[in-house]
Amino acid sequence: MSKTSRTGIIAPANAKKDSIIEIRAIAQHDMETGFRYTEDGKRIPRDIIRLFTCRYNNEEVFRADFYSGIGANPLIIFNTIAVASGTIECRWTGDDGYEAVNQVNITIS
Amino acid sequence: MKTSPLCKQWLYVLFAIMIAQSVFAAEIAKVNRQSSYQLMTAENQAMQDDPNLNPALFWVMDGHSLWKEKTGNKNVSCASCHGDSGKKMSGVATQFPKILRGKLRTLEGQINQCRASQQDASALAYESKELLALTTFVASQSKGMPIAIQETPLNTKDLQQGKQFFNERMGQLNLSCAQCHQDRAGLKLGGSLIPQGHPTAYPIYRIEWQTMGSLQRRLRNCMSGVRAKQFEYGSTEMAQLELYLMWRARGMPLETPGVRP
Amino acid sequence: MMNLFKLHASSPNLTRRLYLSTLGILGLSTSFAPLSALAKKPEVIEAIAKIVGSNIPRDGRVKLVIPPLVESGNLVVLKVAIQSPMTTIDYVKAVHIISEANPSPNIFTAYFTPRSGRAELTTRVRLADSQRVWAIAQMSDGSYWQGYADTLVTLSACTEMI
Repeated sequence: MSKTSRTGIIAPANAKKDSIIEIRAIAQHDMETGFRYTEDGKRIPRDIIRLFTCRYNNEEVFRADFYSGIGANPLIIFNTIAVASGTIECRWTGDDGYEAVNQVNITIS
Repeated sequence: MKTSPLCKQWLYVLFAIMIAQSVFAAEIAKVNRQSSYQLMTAENQAMQDDPNLNPALFWVMDGHSLWKEKTGNKNVSCASCHGDSGKKMSGVATQFPKILRGKLRTLEGQINQCRASQQDASALAYESKELLALTTFVASQSKGMPIAIQETPLNTKDLQQGKQFFNERMGQLNLSCAQCHQDRAGLKLGGSLIPQGHPTAYPIYRIEWQTMGSLQRRLRNCMSGVRAKQFEYGSTEMAQLELYLMWRARGMPLETPGVRP
Repeated sequence: MMNLFKLHASSPNLTRRLYLSTLGILGLSTSFAPLSALAKKPEVIEAIAKIVGSNIPRDGRVKLVIPPLVESGNLVVLKVAIQSPMTTIDYVKAVHIISEANPSPNIFTAYFTPRSGRAELTTRVRLADSQRVWAIAQMSDGSYWQGYADTLVTLSACTEMI
């Protein structure tokens, strides 16, 4: 698996102040569990995303630890309060030096 | 070769039923044709329909990047001839497999042919990330369009051969595609509903594979399921079978990129 | 031929176990974990103990939703929602999702904050077999609450030989 990959963040571009918004974050990653074997019986080593964090104007508002049980191309849908205009940044880190960052802007009315 | 006991059990059951009745391998009437999309759960259908949830969209994006990338000894990109956006590929996937310069080509085969002749680049391996990405990108330009394969004097020989493959028994379990996907479509095999087997959504993000895969990969699965010798990737037999399957699905809209369980 | 039919049709569990043990060499769970809450595997008990310590999680407030019947365990939509005002003084700190039958019990842990608005999330997980999945929530007041969902995972009739 390469050290970085495509990611997507879907969140509203505009929101009313203090409303609860939904954020969807997805990363392209095989999430090799570490429990699969090759035809000749060799274990395929684990290679997964381990940590997902979301920062809203640089303050962490959500975090998740991923383990082998998370499906490939992991998707996570969560909420946050639209406190102010600014940037929502999501970061994925994992095995083998994997890291991906993406961000979207939000405007509060 | 180890046999999957569960699979064998259900196919014995099937076999027993078949001996008890006489079977006519008739074609499915056009009006009764159904994409396996209809057999999926609501969650899986949502995954296919919603671009935010469909992992295949990553491959479309990868394909678009490759489309614009200069490659090969001639150092040109697909976009140099066919345009940056890929929109010129609209309708293309609905016409493959087709006869070009006397040879039956699948979409993957044509992409590799273009690479060799126009870009002087090496062929991409079947099921490689790059070939899947390019095929998905090109095919997705035809999303929603009806499959446009017709029987012509040019393709009739290959089409009839493909039809023969579909209808002839194969493998240790001695079953033909038709026996499950024509005669028993809609019935259950081991807890899953048997689809009619129309290739309307390829390449697909198959949940079982946790990645994108081609129609040929799926056909090889089926062949190993009946313990038959699998057709090779890129072979003439594969192309002929693909041609027949696409002809059988003519008029049905293309769903690429699809999601399947 | 008819005898063969009867033999195979009357013992689906036995053939299922044979199938599962064949998959065992592929690293998937070989034990057919019963769905009763009594027989948790030691790794599962240990994983839960790591979360709650000496506390006893209470039933309630945690709703875990998984489709009751799943065709392929490779990608299962999982939703968890925990009742909480989500204020700065009363909110859900974390929720841990634990599988009873996967090769490894931990599936994921999510950490909420008072800025989360709702202690809810949706993701897609892998389930190796039919099983019970637990969601254990840790509150800001130090209490633990739990919920669970049972699901049946049907294996595909013909698996791939590459």
